[in-house]
Amino acid sequence: MVELTLPKNSRVVEGKTWPKPEGATNIEELRVYRYDPDQDANPRIDTFYVDLDDCGPMVLDALLWIKNNVDSTLTFRRSCREGICGSCSMNIDGTNTLACTCGMDEIKGTVKIYPLPHMAVVKDLVPDLTGFYAQHASIEPWLKTTTPEPSAEWKQSHEDREKLDGLYECILCACCSASCPSYWWNSDRYIGPAALLQAQRWIVDSRDEATGERLDNLEDPFRLYRCHTIMNCANTCPKGLNPAKAIAEIKKKMVTRQL
Amino acid sequence: MTDTPARQRPLSPHLTIYRLTWTMAMSVVHRITGCALYFGTLLLAWWLLAAATGAKYFDTANAFFGSWFGQLILLGYTWALVHHMLGGIRHFIWDTGRGFGPERQSLARMTLIGSVSITILLWALALVLRS
Repeated sequence: MVELTLPKNSRVVEGKTWPKPEGATNIEELRVYRYDPDQDANPRIDTFYVDLDDCGPMVLDALLWIKNNVDSTLTFRRSCREGICGSCSMNIDGTNTLACTCGMDEIKGTVKIYPLPHMAVVKDLVPDLTGFYAQHASIEPWLKTTTPEPSAEWKQSHEDREKLDGLYECILCACCSASCPSYWWNSDRYIGPAALLQAQRWIVDSRDEATGERLDNLEDPFRLYRCHTIMNCANTCPKGLNPAKAIAEIKKKMVTRQL
Repeated sequence: MTDTPARQRPLSPHLTIYRLTWTMAMSVVHRITGCALYFGTLLLAWWLLAAATGAKYFDTANAFFGSWFGQLILLGYTWALVHHMLGGIRHFIWDTGRGFGPERQSLARMTLIGSVSITILLWALALVLRS
């Protein structure tokens, strides 16, 4: 449901301004969303100052620098630090992206960091992705076949394999789904761009034999058709993928299969 | 595990912090113009009803649309109609699976530029024809 304002317990208040690093000449200001589930208080925005001469170039480097040098309670997910695990997805400078591949020099002025938009916040920059993963599971992201299994592998031509390009690279970071206003208002019924891109990945797979079943599973005013081509998904994907186009291909298939 | 129920998790900020893109803005405007057209079409129906009712009533309706306020509403209605139509064409292109590359931003921009230009042209033409 469309709710333009945040619920009372979610309104953000001004937080703490942490001291500037002593003796530093090259300082970057970061404004970071904080929420502590152990305190009975609303979320707040803390201001941090990072010594760029002592810190790596990426936003993730700055967050780690803060955790090591200023406030060890700052909480966020991270793992690979090279844009392949999808853990450190967050809203940086108004757009969802991965903190590890987003350079601080790409941002003009203060670096503003929020958790992925319109999600339940577990702590600081960590959103609850339970629903997001359930939606991915609902498209049954595995090979489904009815013909007897071949003795070796399921074969695929080079051309058919190429059809998976732009789809299989998704790292499930949730940047796209959390950027989509349709998903914000209807994430209980619309399965979102990430799950739909994965649905398309299995729909076009030449080896998969459950295409009709997969389309039936999506043919619904909400599950698929809440996509109104707002395109935030394609604008925000840190891997340069295009969920909006994948969704358009599914919609096209819905029509052509009736002809 | 604790026995006390956890404080309800806050919802992270969304609209207020998300940077507006052209495609996002034009999606919002498409929705708003669509809603505005309901009211504009009601006015059109009222004008036709007035014409069917009689000369006197038709004069009243015309006086309303002739006033500066009526003209302002008509100008807005023209723009909303043209904008919603161009938006519809944009969505039609996207429905065919085309225009999803970087050109998507220009497609959205062109909707606004096109609707404003066509509205100005239409009104200029109407004013010229009337004088």
